[in-house]
Amino acid sequence: MASYRSPDFGTPALAESNSTIMVSVEIDGQKVTVPAGTSVMRAAMTLGTKVPKLCATDSVEAFGSCRLCLVEIEGRRGYPASCTTPVENGMKVKTSSPKLGELRRGVMELYISDHPLDCLTCGANGDCELQDMAGAVGLREVRYGYEGANHFDSVKDTSNPYFTFDPAKCIVCSRCVRACEEVQGTFALTIDGRGFASVVSPGQNQDFIDSECVSCGACVQACPTATLIEKSVLELGQAEHKVTTTCAYCGVGCSFDAEMQGSTVVRMTPSKEGKANHGHSCVKGRFAWGYATHPDRITKPMVRQRITDPWREVSWEEAIKTVATKFKNIQAEHGTDAIGGITSSRCTNEESYLVQKMIRAGFGNNNVDTCARVCHSPTGYGLRATLGTSAGTQDFDSVDHTDLVLLIGANPTDAHPVFASRMKKRLRAGAKLIVIDPRKIDLVDSAHVKAEHHLALRPGTNVAMINALAHTILTEGLWDEKSVHERCDAADFAYWSDFIRDERNSAEAAATVTGVPAESIRAAARLFAAAPNGSIYYGLGVTEHSQGTTMVMGMANLAMLTGNFGRKGVGINPLRGQNNVQGACDMGSFPHEFSGYRHVSDAATRFDFESLWGVPLSGEPGLRIPNMFDAALAGTFKGMYVQGEDIAQSDPNTQHVVAALKSLDCLVVQDIFMNETAAYAHVFLPGASFLEKDGTFTNAERRISRVRRAMPPLAGYADWEVTMMLSNALGYQMNYSHPSEIMDEIARMTPTFSGVSYARLDELGSVQWPCNDAAPMGTPTMHIDHFVRGKGRFMITDYVPTDEKTTAKFPLLLTTGRILSQYNVGAQTRRTDNVVWHDEDRLEIHAFDAESRGINDGDTVALQSRAGEVALRAKISERMQPGVVYTTFHFAETGANVVTTEYSDWATNCPEYKVTAVQVRPTNQKSSFQLDYELETSIGRKVAAE
Amino acid sequence: MSLRLYIPKDAAARAVGADELAAALQMASEDCGSECQIIRTGSRGLLWLETLLEVETIKGRFGYGPVTTEDIPSLIAAGLFNGAKHPLDHRTAVGLVAEHPLFKAQTRQSFARCGLIDPLDGDGFVAQGGLRGIKAAVKMDGEQIVKQVTDSGLRGRGGAGFPTGIKWQTVRNAESSQKYIVCNADEGDSGTFADRILIEGDPLTLIEGMVIAGLAVGASKGYIYIRSEYPDGYATLLSAVLVAHRLKLLGANVMGSGKGFELEIRLGAGAYICGEETSLLESLEGRRGIIRYKPPLPAIKGLFGQPTVINNVLSFAAVPGILADGAESYSRLGVGRSKGTLAVQLGGNIKRGGLFELPFGVTLRTILNDFGGGSASGRPIRAVQVGGPLGAYFPESLFDLPLDYEEFAKHQGMVGHGGIVVFDDSVDLARQARFAMEFCAIESCGKCTPCRIGSTRGVEVLDRIIAGTDRDKNLVLLNDLCTTMQDGSLCALGGLTPLPVRSALKHFAEDFA
Repeated sequence: MASYRSPDFGTPALAESNSTIMVSVEIDGQKVTVPAGTSVMRAAMTLGTKVPKLCATDSVEAFGSCRLCLVEIEGRRGYPASCTTPVENGMKVKTSSPKLGELRRGVMELYISDHPLDCLTCGANGDCELQDMAGAVGLREVRYGYEGANHFDSVKDTSNPYFTFDPAKCIVCSRCVRACEEVQGTFALTIDGRGFASVVSPGQNQDFIDSECVSCGACVQACPTATLIEKSVLELGQAEHKVTTTCAYCGVGCSFDAEMQGSTVVRMTPSKEGKANHGHSCVKGRFAWGYATHPDRITKPMVRQRITDPWREVSWEEAIKTVATKFKNIQAEHGTDAIGGITSSRCTNEESYLVQKMIRAGFGNNNVDTCARVCHSPTGYGLRATLGTSAGTQDFDSVDHTDLVLLIGANPTDAHPVFASRMKKRLRAGAKLIVIDPRKIDLVDSAHVKAEHHLALRPGTNVAMINALAHTILTEGLWDEKSVHERCDAADFAYWSDFIRDERNSAEAAATVTGVPAESIRAAARLFAAAPNGSIYYGLGVTEHSQGTTMVMGMANLAMLTGNFGRKGVGINPLRGQNNVQGACDMGSFPHEFSGYRHVSDAATRFDFESLWGVPLSGEPGLRIPNMFDAALAGTFKGMYVQGEDIAQSDPNTQHVVAALKSLDCLVVQDIFMNETAAYAHVFLPGASFLEKDGTFTNAERRISRVRRAMPPLAGYADWEVTMMLSNALGYQMNYSHPSEIMDEIARMTPTFSGVSYARLDELGSVQWPCNDAAPMGTPTMHIDHFVRGKGRFMITDYVPTDEKTTAKFPLLLTTGRILSQYNVGAQTRRTDNVVWHDEDRLEIHAFDAESRGINDGDTVALQSRAGEVALRAKISERMQPGVVYTTFHFAETGANVVTTEYSDWATNCPEYKVTAVQVRPTNQKSSFQLDYELETSIGRKVAAE
Repeated sequence: MSLRLYIPKDAAARAVGADELAAALQMASEDCGSECQIIRTGSRGLLWLETLLEVETIKGRFGYGPVTTEDIPSLIAAGLFNGAKHPLDHRTAVGLVAEHPLFKAQTRQSFARCGLIDPLDGDGFVAQGGLRGIKAAVKMDGEQIVKQVTDSGLRGRGGAGFPTGIKWQTVRNAESSQKYIVCNADEGDSGTFADRILIEGDPLTLIEGMVIAGLAVGASKGYIYIRSEYPDGYATLLSAVLVAHRLKLLGANVMGSGKGFELEIRLGAGAYICGEETSLLESLEGRRGIIRYKPPLPAIKGLFGQPTVINNVLSFAAVPGILADGAESYSRLGVGRSKGTLAVQLGGNIKRGGLFELPFGVTLRTILNDFGGGSASGRPIRAVQVGGPLGAYFPESLFDLPLDYEEFAKHQGMVGHGGIVVFDDSVDLARQARFAMEFCAIESCGKCTPCRIGSTRGVEVLDRIIAGTDRDKNLVLLNDLCTTMQDGSLCALGGLTPLPVRSALKHFAEDFA
């Protein structure tokens, strides 16, 4: 095993709740004290004694099949397996003896008699536990010969793009099967046959690619041999060092080890020490990292006069100077407020902080916004109003303690797969599940997980539903009176109580609006109220509505009403989309807030920043992203700096966005690829991927984790360095020599971050804010004794139907979302082999709606809304309810957001992506938008020949 | 009084034409104008006499066997249907069955009703002493029931011989709101058929034993896991559950005790390994039948993770008698620590094969000669394998061993489930050793390495030995392999396979030369 790998204790650590009693045992004469229930193997390993093993690994429960770890225990007959034998007080264990040596050699001799002897050319050479064990037990010959029965001629399965399965090398330890079950919860693998004919089988003797496998990599991670091995390792060989960093995909924020050969990534493996993922991964983080060195990466700065000109590669100096000159000229001509910028939820905290600092201090205005505008801005607003903090209340581990999960508008198995696996594990262990979602998502009914209730409501009726749940609980007397009285504002509660008791919020009233039978709503409400620990998990299906903020408040109301705050297993848990969307918000990326969510109009805060930054700051909130577009079209907003966000693809009503971008005098795009927005840019500044820089990401559980540089930036500079150069060129001086210095400034200026430093992060691995003098180790669970705002505040949440309504012309409702293998605008995942699973956006439609329109599975259809029209292929799906269609937005050429409208959340302008009235009809051609798009982007991306 | 005939419905009798005989006799009696009632019973276990036709008289039931349809004319001619005195003058006449020396010489405890009654006749069951055990049990508390079983000295009849009372006590002491009683009726050992005969012949006794176990440990739910190769037994059990409900043996209020017990019958899927208790539990839970490691014992963490009594059919079947007649009545039978009776199943190359319920202590020689009547071929008996395919091969020199768990263990053998397979002097023990490995290779669940790979390698090594290839080296290798399997295997399949191999090597070394 590679020397940089974490030690394997053989069996998992016991859950905290089960490890209160300690016992002392003697292993090879050494005393050790461990929690009762610990395996002998693990106890030995805590002493550093590695008992030989093959079927045991600490990511899965003990199995006891390989029989290498046999030990002798005083007073016991035979040779118990150390992995399956719990320690007992006073136990005396011998892990080696001549007899044990003989037995282990006997077992290894059997193993090797059915194993190809191609060690020198094997992909696992140097990283093979079988090889290690043959050495450890001193196997010197295989007397059985190699003429007997064997599996040498088994056919290798290379169907998965990222790993191979070679049954000839399989030792049938079942680690892969158990990882698929216990860690991932997909149950795609099994052992087929019995006895000597036992083989690992994906699905029912299918290839991996045709099985239910979701390519999370848990099996590959668990495999002790070359049976399941990354193709990258086969190609490159073993890594020589690792760099522990944080995944740049979703808001779970998995910790990964980038296993390196020099500056070449050999593979990404999930880190066992990672507190968000505990050694698990998904297909994106584990395998889809090849985009980082894709030939499409732009590594030279480019400029052009007009957006119809071809791009011209220039030096960094020229590019930076161009931007500075143009921005200064615009401000001279159109005023200070005529430029602005967007921070990136894909970049680090330090980079977001720096961009907003440059805008506030360098641009001299507050025209800064971030992509959270289009995803979780209602979360911040709604939770701040009710609880006092703009973030989720728990850590991910909290789910281990929940008795009931209320999952609303989220599809974790696709969008947050690693957390979904944790949730499924808890559900398999007995926690109940209620799903509120228009679609029948996987969690409603999948392997060993079944929701008690699936409230398949009509899109856009969340608030009616949450009100009905609260109404039922209150009117049926199921609420937690004590908790409400102790923790919540009495006057607000009384006011809200009158409101929610009203008949218009009853389950019966909601039934007519949502389409869900009243009895189902009542039953779900009763189940939620009855749970000792009820937790709410939600996603963009909550926020991306015209009443997104109302719904967030409604959920907070429900959780307060049932006393589900301030301990493990409860709370409000937003599943945030992007790797650092929490962080970008925390860092002061909104036009009205400094870091730590302090309003720009607050004079004291502003004074602090003015003192440090040495410039006067505006107390007026700046433009939000949609305001920027409107102002651009109105001619008052002329220059824009967009770091790491592809607004031309991700924001709603693409045609409106594009018109706005085209009207700018200077659009500066900083990205790793020539994205859709760049087609309308005047300056392109090449970005650095997460592998190329230092910094931190903050995930959905407020966990700040380090991003560490594994390779030098392909374009020469990390993004924070580029922002710094730009700021300096604009005349506002910045001098940071390392991102840690930026974090030190963040900590100094942000009360919830005051205890954060790179040294602290290195020491703890990661930390959840608030991290300060009151909570130096961070804060896994918030609102423990009281809410951050003092008394919890019940908010009135009247259900107001969206203005986006179905009519005879647009009779269907479109809702959009993600799929497992692709990520958001797809800039990364489309440039990986993940396209094997999903190479185009499809329109999911119920068979009834398809049939009545003469649409067959796979037909091209026109999807038309009041905003626009695109063509894509249809997929008839039982997940849909009649009247609702669904698509993903991963492919620019599809242009899903051409169809979505500009309706948005009343409080935060978060777009109403989840409800668009549409019509669908068969077609045989692309839409006019799509044809124009092809033409326009081919021009917009053209680079001049040398 | 009409003529009452008894014909077994047992699969062993059906295999030699019992159904055809019953149908033909029915028709023949109608032809003769005789009023004849044919009652289908279980088997008496005297399998060499099957199909054993019994005729009820005032003196008792006279037997004729083996009878086939071809014997019908001569039986009619001898006066079967016209009131002739029994025994009829017929070549198949065996006299009063109860007085048959090989029946009378047995101690019929668990099998007391087997062969006497229609297995699904609840009234007949009660008339023959059924429900006496449960009636005694409902007057006791759980502790007292467990004490009776413990004091009786009953040991698990599945093969391991673990004291049943101690197992029950463990389950009784375990804290849980739900406990289970599971009956292992996955009788897969070659040469064994006692479970089947009991299930087909007197299923209510088994059910009564399980319900008593439920009362003893506080379990309200039971399962019988029966192998798919026993379709008759499965059908019988399904019907027996209904009968048991009518008798108030099952249901919400067992015998008016206020305690409930429900029973489900589950069919196996053809894997020998599911006769191993932890595999059986996995299979019952709907999973692949593979071994679970122990501890935790099923008594602590068994079916669906709950405390579970899992016992063999014969262990449960012994219980009603123990409760009805007291622990002492059982424990005074047998020798040493092997108390009570064992259902000896005699098969292979033997003149009189069948089931004999005998107290422990009887010698192999007595069984083979007095009961079995020597080999079927008439040649000298050279070897017997006791305890199924994982039992040791014993030579003639050990035939004076008494049936006794400890005595057999002293000679690296085992009593097991009581099956004895007989071989005459034409047997090649090297081939039998190979068979042991082959059996293991076919039936291994594939979980642990020594069994999964070792058994296949064992066949190969024995093939080389038999072929004379590097014999000495391969004998050393075989011995090493046996050590690896015996000390390293996860369960008894891999762990005991070396037993027949090593016994063959030890007692019949000449076959390996």
